[in-house]
Amino acid sequence: MASYRIAVLGDRESVLGFKALGLDVFPAESVEEARSTLHRLAKENYAVVYLTEQLAQYMTDDLGRYKDELTPAVILIPGKEGSLGIGMANVKKSVERAVGADIL
Amino acid sequence: MPAVNVNPTRQELTRLKTRLKTSIRGHKLLKDKRDELMKQFMDVVRENRALRAKVEEGLMRAHNSFTVASAVMSSEAMQQALMYPKQSVELDMTFKNIMSVNVPEYQFKTKNDDPGEIYPYGYAATSGELDTAVEALSEVFQDMLRLAEIEKTSQLLAEEIEKTRRRVNALEYVKIPQMEEAIKYISMKLDENERSSTIRLMKVKDMLLKDAIEEKREQDVKVVEAFGGHPDPEHFA
Repeated sequence: MASYRIAVLGDRESVLGFKALGLDVFPAESVEEARSTLHRLAKENYAVVYLTEQLAQYMTDDLGRYKDELTPAVILIPGKEGSLGIGMANVKKSVERAVGADIL
Repeated sequence: MPAVNVNPTRQELTRLKTRLKTSIRGHKLLKDKRDELMKQFMDVVRENRALRAKVEEGLMRAHNSFTVASAVMSSEAMQQALMYPKQSVELDMTFKNIMSVNVPEYQFKTKNDDPGEIYPYGYAATSGELDTAVEALSEVFQDMLRLAEIEKTSQLLAEEIEKTRRRVNALEYVKIPQMEEAIKYISMKLDENERSSTIRLMKVKDMLLKDAIEEKREQDVKVVEAFGGHPDPEHFA
């Protein structure tokens, strides 16, 4: 059984606390930086990448690439500025994709 | 759309009929698969929504605590406090099969089992707010992991459902009607051929019969004349 790691990607202040839990923290100050880090993490054995919505809103294309892959699971979390509702919108979108209409 | 581009032969007909039977069976199976996937998906999505709401709320609470903590402490001190974690998390991933879709299941191992070990710093130089923040974060972390699992599951299921739905529709509205049309066309054509050859045979038979009757009559007339009888053929009718 290969063991995987968990990464947290976001601006420094949002992700700092996760370090205490023993997760791998990758502070990214710009979208560009976040993008290249994400692709790098995807190639290494990271099974879960938590990404702040503040960065994710500019990275839709990059996220689409990993949506149908088994690893990594890119999971959006609200950053310190609060939730932007992108995570919820994505849940809704996957329903629409499956059913063809928003039924929830 | 009568774009029937098939040879109207019996062999082709047999082939098409077999294919149609397979397609109908496949369509039924795929439809069942789609329905079952949909059922599973709805459960997953419902849980996904609830869990996401919970995680987002929990994270906001943690972020708020961090904000408070950073107001009390200098950011350097905070970074220093959190710099070297005592805890480390590893993830085991196994797969669960939902209707032939592989979805991940995560089990995480922490290096330290003592729940007090989440604080990677001495309490002397840090404020109590930081403790609260870290604690809030570790509380929400279990849910975050579950969220990762369930959100990935719902994405993978959504993809599979989309694929299956397309296949079902393609079979139902395109492939099966097309094959039915082709089968109808071939059987009509074959029937038509059969009828025309029957008619041809009947005609030939009629012609032969007519010739034969004619010949017979002439013979009869000759015979009657030879015996000096009445030459009127009406007598023999």
